[in-house]
Amino acid sequence: MDLTIAALLTQDGITNGAIYALLALALVLVFTVTRIIWVPAGEFVAWGTLTLAGLQLGKVPGTVGLLLGMAIVAGAMETWQSVRAAETHRLPRRLLVWSGVPIAIAASIWWLAPMQMPLAVQVALTLAAVTATGPLLYRIAYQPLAEASVLVLLIVSVALHFAMVGFGLWFFGAEGSRTPPFSSASFSVGGVNISVQSLLVVGTSVALIGALGLFFGQTLYGKALRATAVNRAGARLCGISPDFAGALTFALASLLCAFCGVLIGPITTIYYDSGFLVSLKGFVGAIIGGLSSYPIAAAGAWLVGLIESFSSFWASAFKEVIVFTLIIPVLLWRSLTTHHHEEDE
Amino acid sequence: MKFDGARAMFVLFVVILIAAPLAAPQFWITLGNYIGLYSIVALGLVLLTGVAGQTSFGQAAFVGIGAYTTAYLTTRYAASPWLTLAIGLVFTAALALFLGFITLRMRGHYLPLATIAWGISLFYVFGNLEMLGGHTGMTGIPALAIASFELKDERRYFYLIWAIALAALWATRNLLDSRPGRAIRALKGGLEMAEAFGVNAARLKIIAFVYAALLACISGWLYAHLQRFVNPTPFGINQGIEYLFMAVIGGAGSVWGAVLGATLITLLKEVLQDYLPRLLGRTGNFELVVFGLLMVLLLQFAREGLWPWIERVLPKRRPRPIPGAAPLPSRGRTSESGALLAVRQARKQFGGLVAVNDLSFEIRHGEILGLIGPNGAGKSTTFALISGALPLTSGDILLRGEAIGSRPPYEIARRGLGRTFQHVRLIPTMTVADNVALGAYLRGTSGVMAAALHLDRAEEARTLAEAARATARVGLGAHMFDTAGSLPLGKQRLVEIARALAADPALLLLDEPAAGLRYLEKQELALLLRALKAEGMTILLVEHDMDFVMGLADRLVVMDFGEKLAEGLPADIQENPAVREAYLGGVV
Repeated sequence: MDLTIAALLTQDGITNGAIYALLALALVLVFTVTRIIWVPAGEFVAWGTLTLAGLQLGKVPGTVGLLLGMAIVAGAMETWQSVRAAETHRLPRRLLVWSGVPIAIAASIWWLAPMQMPLAVQVALTLAAVTATGPLLYRIAYQPLAEASVLVLLIVSVALHFAMVGFGLWFFGAEGSRTPPFSSASFSVGGVNISVQSLLVVGTSVALIGALGLFFGQTLYGKALRATAVNRAGARLCGISPDFAGALTFALASLLCAFCGVLIGPITTIYYDSGFLVSLKGFVGAIIGGLSSYPIAAAGAWLVGLIESFSSFWASAFKEVIVFTLIIPVLLWRSLTTHHHEEDE
Repeated sequence: MKFDGARAMFVLFVVILIAAPLAAPQFWITLGNYIGLYSIVALGLVLLTGVAGQTSFGQAAFVGIGAYTTAYLTTRYAASPWLTLAIGLVFTAALALFLGFITLRMRGHYLPLATIAWGISLFYVFGNLEMLGGHTGMTGIPALAIASFELKDERRYFYLIWAIALAALWATRNLLDSRPGRAIRALKGGLEMAEAFGVNAARLKIIAFVYAALLACISGWLYAHLQRFVNPTPFGINQGIEYLFMAVIGGAGSVWGAVLGATLITLLKEVLQDYLPRLLGRTGNFELVVFGLLMVLLLQFAREGLWPWIERVLPKRRPRPIPGAAPLPSRGRTSESGALLAVRQARKQFGGLVAVNDLSFEIRHGEILGLIGPNGAGKSTTFALISGALPLTSGDILLRGEAIGSRPPYEIARRGLGRTFQHVRLIPTMTVADNVALGAYLRGTSGVMAAALHLDRAEEARTLAEAARATARVGLGAHMFDTAGSLPLGKQRLVEIARALAADPALLLLDEPAAGLRYLEKQELALLLRALKAEGMTILLVEHDMDFVMGLADRLVVMDFGEKLAEGLPADIQENPAVREAYLGGVV
């Protein structure tokens, strides 16, 4: 290996790592606030790419149908609950949030999709569609089980992963998609070729991480989520609704995943079932951070990106094996440094 | 013998299994073979997930190890399949031990994540290793033969699969109904309690994980010699997830749930793979959607799976009365004089807060010592320090002259300390007798192997007899076979005491035993404690109820703000002005 190849691999690793870092942050966020190990995060990434690819072909992506279906189910659940709790006066507002907004997003995509809007609009539509799916998923699948054990929530996550992969096959078909790069320009710094596309990915990722930091540090909602992560019961007593915290967390996390999908589209061909492996790489990063530390999780994800990129050069057939076996030394180290025995939740 | 409905259902099931290969069409025999293979794997998950509260999505990888080990060794070295089974089991056990060791000492969610990662890794290893045939796989695996009787025919193989499946069911049921089984059943939701009675929780979790992995390995070995061909596909992560679904849908709390779940998922998959592509006009594994949604609905509305619903209509097993048996080995009370337990300068700090401030006192052999004090005085923290639930910041605690401070609870229990919990910690779904028998955990020795093979019956009979005696001792003889959760709080507290008695402790730690008891119940409890003292038991009593303590304790230690305020005879303590001020705020 000479320096040029090493530089190329490093650039690849940092670019992919930037995407995994966003994912790792989304996974840590979801776990700390809701105790959910969010396995289907990867499907949100894949759907981000495939939705954008569909829009670029002027087609109405399958995500729209699912959004409509989920809006109807969530609306029905809200109606049932409001009637049972004799809170029908609150129903219109709840229906507006849980059914009205998603239906409006679905309708605007359905209307705008065939018009071949500029790329920025297509990206915005993709982000809106995927982000709206997140809270709906929380409302329908997780919220009724919010008090269950981590184990039950994890099994639900895996079940949803199954269902979403199946839906993905149904909506997007078995063919993979790749979206065109945002820029094909590149420039050279000291003999090393750097593509603008890579810079764009890393830049977006860093900007999003910064925005997330501001959100948690400066805004009331961000602080509410942090409070929930530290002490669920305490936050609840302070008037932070766990349902609201869950929905908000899922909105943020699926927005991050949608960004991942948009960013990863030009790099790799994404199939309906590609998301799982992508999200697991995010998980390896998140586990390095103990599913609790944002900076270590992000750093871990970048490490995963670099290891993946270099091992694809040395032993491409065993790329996945190397990346996922990385989890073993990490767990070994964690297990040897964790002395106390915690009671399972 | 009287007619036993549950036994009749089982005999019917076996008769169907024996008759099936003689009459059923080939298609059903094939399905039956797969259901048997899947049941064996799901059974391991029943123990791991339903009972021990851990989980694995990587069981398919262990199946793959069993299958590939025998495939490789029989085709390459013409090894005997029976030898390769043993090699596969050893290999699997080593791997499961390693994975269990690095994940199970931490919180529950690292194991499932590690199993996902390692399930995927192994799939790629199978698919990319030239020597294992890559993605095309390996052919020419020999058929199994018992002596010269070849099991080439699927109908013959059916008997082998189901014989092993039934043996695994039998062993797992035996295990659940035994000394290690009771401890494993306590892991989910009763971890702290189980450790207080000598259970090394991390070790038992690893054992449950290894047990499940070994069953998966056996299933893989059977699969390889049934198909006589292996490729990586059936050992991928999706299959691993489906195994877990089988256990959860069937009902992960019962061994029969594994068979039910394996049957339902296999049949459902067969039907869905046939109809869904036709319905949608496209090929693909759309059954994933149905499986996924089904699981979400199931977990929302019937978290225990479907078996409990079936069990409700099946005839129930009558509880067998517990026959008398020789007592378990006892510690024997020594009538030594001096201190049994010595607390020396014990200190516990939570950050800047000093909860227990250099506290010293002694408990003498054969006395009842009352530890009292106003709310927040540090009584419960002291209790936790003695029982090992919390580590000491500094100082020491000596039991019979041996330092026990900061040791894990299961080691302190071994040294003769039995305790109750202020907030009752019983396993609500287990019977009173089983809950109490858990207390005698350290007095038995039988391990998982002996339990699974029913070699522990003599000791088990003595354990149950011991539990029955302890239960009768606290006056709950009539409730022996009721589930602990069905008793009122006062009686549950008595079960707690019976469980501590079953441990045959040298020192009995009682954390507010009278709380929630009615007047008459308190009087009975006082009688019981006096009788125990008369037999030479030493008791530390942490209590709020002044009348109860004053009438019972030989000596009192009064705590306030983490320090010892006074120590002495009950009558002197009642006259002590400092104590009166602490309790009544100096008004008098």
